[in-house]
Amino acid sequence: MKKTIAGTEVDVNEEGYLTDMNQWNESIAAAIAAEEGVGPLTEAHQKVVRYLRDQQAAGAALTIRSLGKSGVVTTKELYDLFPGGPLKKASKIAGIPKPVGCI
Amino acid sequence: MTRHLLILGGGTAGTMMANHLRRRLPRGKWRMTVVDRSDRHLYQPGLLFLPFGTYEESQIVRPTRDFLPRGVEFRQAEVERMLPSDKAVFLKGGERLDYDVLIVATGCRTAPEETEGMLGPKWRVNIHDFYTLDGARALRDRLADFAGGRVVVHVNEMPVKCPVAPLEFTFLADTFFRDRGIRDKVSLTYVTPLSGAFTKPKASKKLGHLLGDKGIELVADFVAEKVDQERDKLVCYDGREVPYDLLVTTPTNMGDEAVRRSGLGDDLDFIPTHKHTLQSLQHPDVFIIGDATNLPASKAGSVAHFESETLADNVLRHIRGEPLKEEFDGHSNCFIESGNGKALLIDFNYDHEPHEGNFPFAFGPLKLLEESRLNHLGKLAFRQVYWHVLLKGRPLPGISRRKKKPADWGN
Repeated sequence: MKKTIAGTEVDVNEEGYLTDMNQWNESIAAAIAAEEGVGPLTEAHQKVVRYLRDQQAAGAALTIRSLGKSGVVTTKELYDLFPGGPLKKASKIAGIPKPVGCI
Repeated sequence: MTRHLLILGGGTAGTMMANHLRRRLPRGKWRMTVVDRSDRHLYQPGLLFLPFGTYEESQIVRPTRDFLPRGVEFRQAEVERMLPSDKAVFLKGGERLDYDVLIVATGCRTAPEETEGMLGPKWRVNIHDFYTLDGARALRDRLADFAGGRVVVHVNEMPVKCPVAPLEFTFLADTFFRDRGIRDKVSLTYVTPLSGAFTKPKASKKLGHLLGDKGIELVADFVAEKVDQERDKLVCYDGREVPYDLLVTTPTNMGDEAVRRSGLGDDLDFIPTHKHTLQSLQHPDVFIIGDATNLPASKAGSVAHFESETLADNVLRHIRGEPLKEEFDGHSNCFIESGNGKALLIDFNYDHEPHEGNFPFAFGPLKLLEESRLNHLGKLAFRQVYWHVLLKGRPLPGISRRKKKPADWGN
């Protein structure tokens, strides 16, 4: 489905995750962050978002573990930056799919 | 000169490959070897039922050799390391096996040591797992005299083998305690690092009610920083705590340690694999199948089964110098126990989430994404199918390696 975020029309799934990571820009990230209650994106947030987008573009599986070991952020800091659900919120803000199980 | 096909791992995937390829490689030209540290083959789906006394050990463990065809040598040995640049594998003790084609089917293992405080004095006392035979056995004994309290079923991090099994365990535990007449003395909590017990829209919509109906509490987005054994609590990185009297955890899953010793794996010792051909991304003479791959498919016997059909074709093509089939689509299907003698059935692949419909044919008889008694009987009957059809690399009627299009797909 289509949704207009920060003045740009993008394709999203029923939970509001971008279905094409190439439609993403920083204004979209900021708007989703506000919607998710994450607040203004700091440089620390941006680093996580960039890392997630790079990993996704490379086809790597995204895990809390790889993020925690990446040197970008520790798992504890991740919860501070994206309270309530770091994986799902950071992924949504980064314009990449939500981490899921098989059902 | 005779050439050598070497298979590391005699579990579901390795056994299927041995059967497929022994039928298709000329015996005079190719010898085949399977190496595994154990000479017992474990029917892993049975581990889910063992703790509840539904299965006995004798029903889920058989000699590995019984399922390997004649003309395949079985070696019970520990693999020290693989050296693909020399087309060689070293066994513990130093023996060297040279190969022309290597199939790595070394699976995955639970790694409780990856979580602070998980292993400790109370491991297998009030902290249990059911992904190993030892663990399932210890949990069975614990459940047999469990009088009541807080039971917490926990998934530590993804990916895990048979990712729905912890949820199935929770549903079966609900039925188990009900049958024992102590459900009112037990609280059941499901703790997951994901956003919910169901993360895909169709399944959430169709099955989301199951937890509430059964009185199971959900704790989501929970990444465990540690297990606090002194206070019997799971502790999240954000400070949340979940107290337990009995913790049934699914520890971090990792690839075999031989993969790490060989420097062939990722962070979790899973091997980078081409997602459609199953060839190693680094070494053309090496193929990977089953739980050992890094593919974004479920780690499950069903996936290994569909992979084995594509991989058998691709090994032959590779030997003949032909281009490989980019065929594997992440196809997986499985029965999911939902308790009360019922089960669900799901069918999905890399691109398409589990959906409703009939299976395996357009008319059924099984229903997808719906609870039924027949699905449960199917799951129980599958044990015999596993031993007698699946491991032998025989096709399952009506079930193709690539996922069939359901009716509601556009094109």
